[in-house]
Amino acid sequence: MNYLHSIGEYFLMLKGTFHRMTKTSVLRSLIFKEIDDLVIGSMGIVSFLSFFIGAVVALQTALNLNNPLIPKSLVAYAARQSIILEFAPTFISIIMAGKVGSYITSSIGSMNVTEQIDALEVMGINSLNYLIFPKIIAMLFYPFVIAISMFLGILGAYTAAVLGGFVPPDLFVQGLQEDFIPFHLVYAFIKTFLFAFILATVPAYHGYYMKGGALEVGEASTTSFVWTSVVIIITNYVVTQLLLS
Amino acid sequence: MIKVEDLHKGFDGEEILKGIDFTFERSKTNLIIGQSGSGKSVLLKCMLGLFTPEKGVIKYDGKPYNQFTEDERKDLSKQIGMVFQGGALFDSMTVEENVLFPLRMFTKKKKKENLERVREVLERVNLDGSEKKMPSEISGGMQKRVSIARAIVNRPKYLFCDEPNSGLDPKTATVIDNLIQEITHEYDITTIIITHDMNSVLEIGENIAFLKDGVLAWKGDKSQIFKTDDETVTDFVYSSNLFQKVRKAQQQGL
Repeated sequence: MNYLHSIGEYFLMLKGTFHRMTKTSVLRSLIFKEIDDLVIGSMGIVSFLSFFIGAVVALQTALNLNNPLIPKSLVAYAARQSIILEFAPTFISIIMAGKVGSYITSSIGSMNVTEQIDALEVMGINSLNYLIFPKIIAMLFYPFVIAISMFLGILGAYTAAVLGGFVPPDLFVQGLQEDFIPFHLVYAFIKTFLFAFILATVPAYHGYYMKGGALEVGEASTTSFVWTSVVIIITNYVVTQLLLS
Repeated sequence: MIKVEDLHKGFDGEEILKGIDFTFERSKTNLIIGQSGSGKSVLLKCMLGLFTPEKGVIKYDGKPYNQFTEDERKDLSKQIGMVFQGGALFDSMTVEENVLFPLRMFTKKKKKENLERVREVLERVNLDGSEKKMPSEISGGMQKRVSIARAIVNRPKYLFCDEPNSGLDPKTATVIDNLIQEITHEYDITTIIITHDMNSVLEIGENIAFLKDGVLAWKGDKSQIFKTDDETVTDFVYSSNLFQKVRKAQQQGL
């Protein structure tokens, strides 16, 4: 029953978020601030992780290819497929659930415990719209993060495979182009948009409706990470079933 | 003026407010006092529209709140200023931005004019020179004064204060009390203050509602509260050693 209550509350929160809009000039500056905090602020860690995970995927594939009948270009093919289909959109989103999600939950949760949300409501401002709507809009730029993640992941794979002497450069490029299905990119970006929405709203729900003090803000951040990850994984399964099977 | 008539509010089957009737008068500092759990904050939140009462009416200048349209409620909230117990300043904004916030949200004036008003209000609460500081860089008393400045910057008709001097030393608490009283008279507004502090009652209690277990147990002003023989009130008023000694001294004619 508790879960049902939370799901209902989450959808009511979404309804409230798109209702009674905040003044446009104020929203504009909030959106720019959120783009800076949520999207640009995540580029560093995403770039670092993508490059090295791409490199490790290529290394692992190369080191496990002992059969001389299997072409070396498979290293690039495997890296491309795993990075575009799962690693960049899903794995990076789970990491973002920890980074961006806990930031959203703790910042809204702190505002909650220090009565800043009440202050907004008393002023006649729709606090849901003021706090959550700019985050949703800012996260529309999240696919750019994932596009960069894809590029750097493949670059990392190229670096490890070619500079490590496992695959010649021309074979790697050939492997990257082999059996490429453009729809896989469409599928990856459809998932990314859905994950962006989840990353903005599930942590916001946990921060907005938390009760208690500073300790509970920490607990809410942890719970938010768990639930955001769960929702991303389930959504990933459903979208994959719908679009690829 | 705000009039509360037969106000009832409960949570999870437990009745917190059991039929409150009281008139909060204009240009007066109206105090709601009582022990913890007596329903003071619930009453305040009902008046602010944060809680919906189960029964009863709250009238703002004669008009019942439950008959307000959504636009009228929005207009009313622009006429309300609120000083929260912890200040509730936005920690990502400077002192100036905090005070500017209601003007940015609700006026179409140019930024220069708004900043002029912010400077005027900060000067009024003796905080000129602190404009660029962050809330974390100023003392608790200063945070309360910023909160008061933010609450009055839009020239409200109603000012609500939830324990405005809690956590402050007695001297700063008196400064905050006096500031609120001066602003109430100067701006001719209806001020409602929740407090536990008997010093505040003594200083600025122009119209007092004493709540006990969700019921209005007594009403009067600061001159009457120390003379009343009503046991429920005297139990609360003379609960501190200092006031007990003052009472003893009064009784002994000292």
